[in-house]
Amino acid sequence: MRRAVRFLLALIVALAIFETGRHLAHRTSGIPSPPPSVAAPDLSMTDLEGNHIDTGHYRGKLLLVNFWAAWCVPCAEEIPQFMKLQEKYQTKLQVIGISIDDKESELRSFYKSHKMNYPVIRGDQKIADGYGGVPGLPTTYVIDQEEHIRGRLVGATDFQKLEQQISSLLK
Amino acid sequence: MNRKSLTLHILLIAIAFILVLPAFSMATPDASDKDLQPGSPVIMQAQELVQALKKPAKPLVFYVGPEMFYQQGHIPGAEFVGPAERPEGLKKLHARAASLPHNTPIVIYCGCCPWSHCPNIHPAYNELKKMGFIHLRVLYLQTSFGTDWAEKGYPVQKGS
Repeated sequence: MRRAVRFLLALIVALAIFETGRHLAHRTSGIPSPPPSVAAPDLSMTDLEGNHIDTGHYRGKLLLVNFWAAWCVPCAEEIPQFMKLQEKYQTKLQVIGISIDDKESELRSFYKSHKMNYPVIRGDQKIADGYGGVPGLPTTYVIDQEEHIRGRLVGATDFQKLEQQISSLLK
Repeated sequence: MNRKSLTLHILLIAIAFILVLPAFSMATPDASDKDLQPGSPVIMQAQELVQALKKPAKPLVFYVGPEMFYQQGHIPGAEFVGPAERPEGLKKLHARAASLPHNTPIVIYCGCCPWSHCPNIHPAYNELKKMGFIHLRVLYLQTSFGTDWAEKGYPVQKGS
């Protein structure tokens, strides 16, 4: 009987290790690149609600510009986390989602069903070029209150590290 | 072994079976999963493709991801096919490959998002494999095309 219990425990531990490994394998990035002294672009855009968005208006706030797409699984998984950050740091931080979805109907459906609490813009090459290009999805730019790009996260975001950076920049 | 002990053993085996079953089902959901694991002969590393493209008999390179990323930068000579996760992308891929001899060396790539989550590579690979291509390779881009190709200094062509 004891042997069977030991076997079961070993099996559970092995499965836990297997699952953790699978989870970690998906987290391909997340370490902010060294802070470049690059000025963030001042872009004028229109969000899905029809509101005019001028990134220059957010001067004084920390800005997170997240390039994503509704069809991109790791991007979609991150949306609730960005919504939590927007909720938590309401007046000090602004998240902007820039979608590269080619099908607007799918984007709008995702936006509505997830009740996204920050502006989402349909991205294009001009916007991507403004940030020096988008290496892949998801990509998030961290822009400080003085409108300087302070980090770029490519691949699945490590939100623990991102929040550490946010706290540090808000001090 | 008494009856109580036997029941416990059966129960433990049943629990173990339930726990192990998902792991096996994840390991072999379709053939492309095995072929597209790092280390598989189907997988091609960036450096290997760079060398292959320098040879006179270079492979055909098909890009099966979103157009914006292709416009931003792609492998020189790569043909734009479009997202293979969509039926129209897959149809276009099929139409492009239909007239090619089955021994044509073909490399497909995407790099829109992390390898483990790319929605385009598997359908594109499965389609070409189903069509009978025998020299079919897939470029391995772990994080993205930008990170694992462009920013590593490999050749990039912008625009269409």
